[in-house]
Amino acid sequence: MRFKVTDTAIDFTEWRMQLNNPQCGAYASFEGWVRNHHDGKAVDALHYDCYPELATHEGEAILAEALSKFDITDARCIHRYGDVAIGEMAVWVGVSAAHRDAAFLACRWILDEVKSRVAIWKNERYVSGVQSWK
Amino acid sequence: MSITVLYFASLKDAAKTSSEQCALPESLPNLYAELKSQYGFAFEQKALRVAVNGQFTSWQTSLNDGDSVAFIPPVSGG
Repeated sequence: MRFKVTDTAIDFTEWRMQLNNPQCGAYASFEGWVRNHHDGKAVDALHYDCYPELATHEGEAILAEALSKFDITDARCIHRYGDVAIGEMAVWVGVSAAHRDAAFLACRWILDEVKSRVAIWKNERYVSGVQSWK
Repeated sequence: MSITVLYFASLKDAAKTSSEQCALPESLPNLYAELKSQYGFAFEQKALRVAVNGQFTSWQTSLNDGDSVAFIPPVSGG
């Protein structure tokens, strides 16, 4: 398993350790944090809806594609759903590779694919009281 | 013969439920058209993807008793 969703705080410690490999000279990662603004509006909190079965299925497919598309050794991704507060982590991507070029590229690619394909939806709750599905 | 329909994001808000049982429909497009009319979904069918039993599939897929169907609005994770 390389992709999972969780409705509690992301703890990537164990999956990060699984990426350790003496053949790898590079580890690249990304953390997505909830920020307090969007389009000039003050954001209070985020709520992510999720279809876990579909999200996981597509997430695994994305990571398998990354492994064949890039010269990397391994990769993982965890995405949070449910209520996520400002400053908390919404997504983590980790990639290990022999060299840094592929690690950086794959990390960016995985994040972009997850954002465009995985069954998760962001609902922004604004300070004004309004909320909006993105 | 029936199926389960799952709703997410703005579809869930409009349907006011996360899932319901429906009679086995003739086709996925027919199913969406009926539910769109019933709940006033904002999306045209072409803006959505559809998943059956937890996997993306084509709108031409035929359904069987007990299937679960989800209409997938444009995603916005990350």
